[in-house]
Amino acid sequence: MNGFKWIVATLLLCCQAAAAGNTLLIRNALVHTMTDAGTLPATDILIRDGRIAELGNHLRAPADSTELDAAGRPVTPALFAGITALGLNEIDMVWPSVDSAVTQVGSPPMRPEFNVVSAYNPHSSPIPITRIEGFGYSLLGAMAGGSIIGGQGRTVVLDGGYRSFVGEPVLFIALGESASTLAGGSRAAQWMVLEQAIAESESTPRHGDHTLLTREGRAALHAFQRSGTVVFSAHRASDILQVIAFAERHGLRAVIEGGAEAWMVADALAEAQVPVLLDPLQNLPDSFDMLGARLDNAARLHAAGVTVSFSGAGTHHARKQRQLAGVAAANGLGPEAALAALTRNPAEIFGFPGGRLERGAPADLVLWSGDPLELVESAEQVILGGRLQPMRSRQTELRDRYLPTATSLPRAYTH
Amino acid sequence: MLKQACAALLLLGASGTLQAESAFPSTYTPLISAPTLLRNATLLTGDGQRLEQTDLLLENGRIAWVGNGDVPPGTREIDASGRWITPGLIDVHSHLGVYPSPSVDAHQDGNEMSDPVTANIWAEHSIWPQDPGFGKALAGGVTALQILPGSANLFGGRGVTLKNVYSTSYQGMKFPGAPHGLKMACGENPKRVYGQRNKLPSTRMGNVAHYRTEWIAAQDYIDRWARYEAQLAAGDEEATAPLRDLKLETLAGVLQGEIIVHMHCYRADEMMTILALAEEFEYRIGTFHHAVEAYKIADELAQQQVCGALWADWWGFKMEAYDGIQENIALVDRPPGGCAIVHSDSPEGIQRLNQEAAKAMGKGRRAGMDIAPEHAIAWITSNAARSLGIEHMTGSLTPGKMADVVVWSDNPFSIYSKADLVFIDGALLYDRKDPARQPVSDFELGQLQEVQP
Repeated sequence: MNGFKWIVATLLLCCQAAAAGNTLLIRNALVHTMTDAGTLPATDILIRDGRIAELGNHLRAPADSTELDAAGRPVTPALFAGITALGLNEIDMVWPSVDSAVTQVGSPPMRPEFNVVSAYNPHSSPIPITRIEGFGYSLLGAMAGGSIIGGQGRTVVLDGGYRSFVGEPVLFIALGESASTLAGGSRAAQWMVLEQAIAESESTPRHGDHTLLTREGRAALHAFQRSGTVVFSAHRASDILQVIAFAERHGLRAVIEGGAEAWMVADALAEAQVPVLLDPLQNLPDSFDMLGARLDNAARLHAAGVTVSFSGAGTHHARKQRQLAGVAAANGLGPEAALAALTRNPAEIFGFPGGRLERGAPADLVLWSGDPLELVESAEQVILGGRLQPMRSRQTELRDRYLPTATSLPRAYTH
Repeated sequence: MLKQACAALLLLGASGTLQAESAFPSTYTPLISAPTLLRNATLLTGDGQRLEQTDLLLENGRIAWVGNGDVPPGTREIDASGRWITPGLIDVHSHLGVYPSPSVDAHQDGNEMSDPVTANIWAEHSIWPQDPGFGKALAGGVTALQILPGSANLFGGRGVTLKNVYSTSYQGMKFPGAPHGLKMACGENPKRVYGQRNKLPSTRMGNVAHYRTEWIAAQDYIDRWARYEAQLAAGDEEATAPLRDLKLETLAGVLQGEIIVHMHCYRADEMMTILALAEEFEYRIGTFHHAVEAYKIADELAQQQVCGALWADWWGFKMEAYDGIQENIALVDRPPGGCAIVHSDSPEGIQRLNQEAAKAMGKGRRAGMDIAPEHAIAWITSNAARSLGIEHMTGSLTPGKMADVVVWSDNPFSIYSKADLVFIDGALLYDRKDPARQPVSDFELGQLQEVQP
């Protein structure tokens, strides 16, 4: 380890300790509160015991607190990385390192009790790689593997903890063209088997019945029928209307993921209070479910009163969420609503604390070099639970190894 | 005499040039356009300059002058105050048309996965000109693009460079005078595809053995044609021409310097192996594509004048992409002579090459490299043109070059910036404010009729 890095590391260790036990004061920030207070210029943030103790001007901090001068730069809540397999998949095409999907585990075919949380590994390299770009949370997705019911996941705070789960459990159901092979080839069959599964979850099957669910699966699915959050992957407008009706019928809190044609049924989504997690870069008819894909989808949904957030950048490229938000902002959504879609809105949708900077909120926030939606800018310091996160990852180590133009020893000795 | 002429024609054919020019020739002709004066913009010329409050005249499909000059009568003037102008963007790695939208099974035409050596195939013969992706790329400022076959094969086949102008046939899009590319692939993809079939190659060493075998065959093919030519020159009336072999014709075109090699390769060590292979068979690698580890050998690439066509931030989707870093483009760009290119390999990415370049610029700056917009624009214009062998025709705002030009609403490296106007050969083919100047592919036309506002 070279001298400079040693000093930085020591500083970080001491700051972490100080921040954890005592207080951290960020001075002179442009604070995007994501609350009714709006965006506050030249504001100080006092952080104590992992929470925001105070927002204001010329705050006084105890003598032993750590101070960070924001020099007028923006601070936002830590961002939401979308639905990913962070901590579940190390490398997508290295199958043994992939834990986000269950294929067939004997029969019966549907396993809503499959829950990816138990596979979560906070040491997985995509986590710090994502975190240092300003991301604090991700919803762990259970991808459709063997059936249209993918299983369960939950939001995780990307602070490196083994059990940093927050918010409610979430069930994932895949619909439409992309799931056509998982339910007999017809989307009508998707609803047929979903209704059968719901019916099974409400009764005990008789001996000899052909069942879709195990006993545990019946219990798991039944639990969601009391306002449980269910993420439905669907693009086509007609499928989205089916989701709204299905969710109402069975007491589910539906969230649409994908929603390329959601703008076409924006009023129905707003009335049913069904939020949409969309990918604002999707403007191509990638399938016949997405003929209506367009760049101002997010703007139109927001204007109709639908709560919007973003997902679609995947696991390794989760940091691309910032670009998704920026493109939505530039196509009618506007920067403030785009930031809300990365912060406050996902916290509300999935019921986790965070996404706002206000007194008592978790001190999960990011200091940016400039406009957080501009791609030439970067996260300068990520703070989760009041701790200054080391701005290091496997990728910054590789960068630092190859940045010097010449080394006297082979580069394997640069570390 | 006639026989000799035919033979000479065939001989030229062996080199590959003739096929590029005479078989499936370009039928593209620029649209007629009035002279256009773009006034008072910030110009990023593509060759390193930034010119403030500058005028630019497009005339007869060419860039007539930058700065000051005569304005012919009938010139249309556009006030570009506060706006930015760049050369048309160029993507060296696209699969538009061969993997078009919608991506249904019937449209999977980009990878001839039936043999590891398909140097005989031409990507252009798979192109569906109605891909909606061309129009979206145009709205992102892309005026030229290379369509490549996929990377399943060691020798994937010929790539073709297009003007991004809709036409009923791909020949109507084909960039006149652009050389063919040859798509080749390293690493995981070929060995996975053929290894699963218990066929060579199933390992990286199998990949290299197979390349060498084919290059030896190509050398022999060139020799056979040379012997035939010598016999003809000596007046041997009985000489018979060797049978044309489409695979070897393509490979011979590379060895004779007429077809540019576009080498899909991720790992630094494999790229070094490939450079040594090129030395053994005396051909040049034009560009390494994807090359997520190019930063580890940036000096070697610059010394050998090999470009790196790279993503800003892709990594980790497979083992050989595990060491990708966001400073890759900036580090490949850093040494003198470094040739960094932002490529897309994606119907989404091709719409936002400027944003991908912005990411790379930002990360390079944070790592201490001073990268100005007038420098970074080369990654998506002039360096890309060099990679495709069309730098003498397009890729910079140089008088005499094709008038492939984009007027941006703002600094193109800002997320809020949009292409307002896109000119190809001087013709206005995209206007963000005018639906009549926005193309709609046959596929998109008339869809979603039932939707009521």
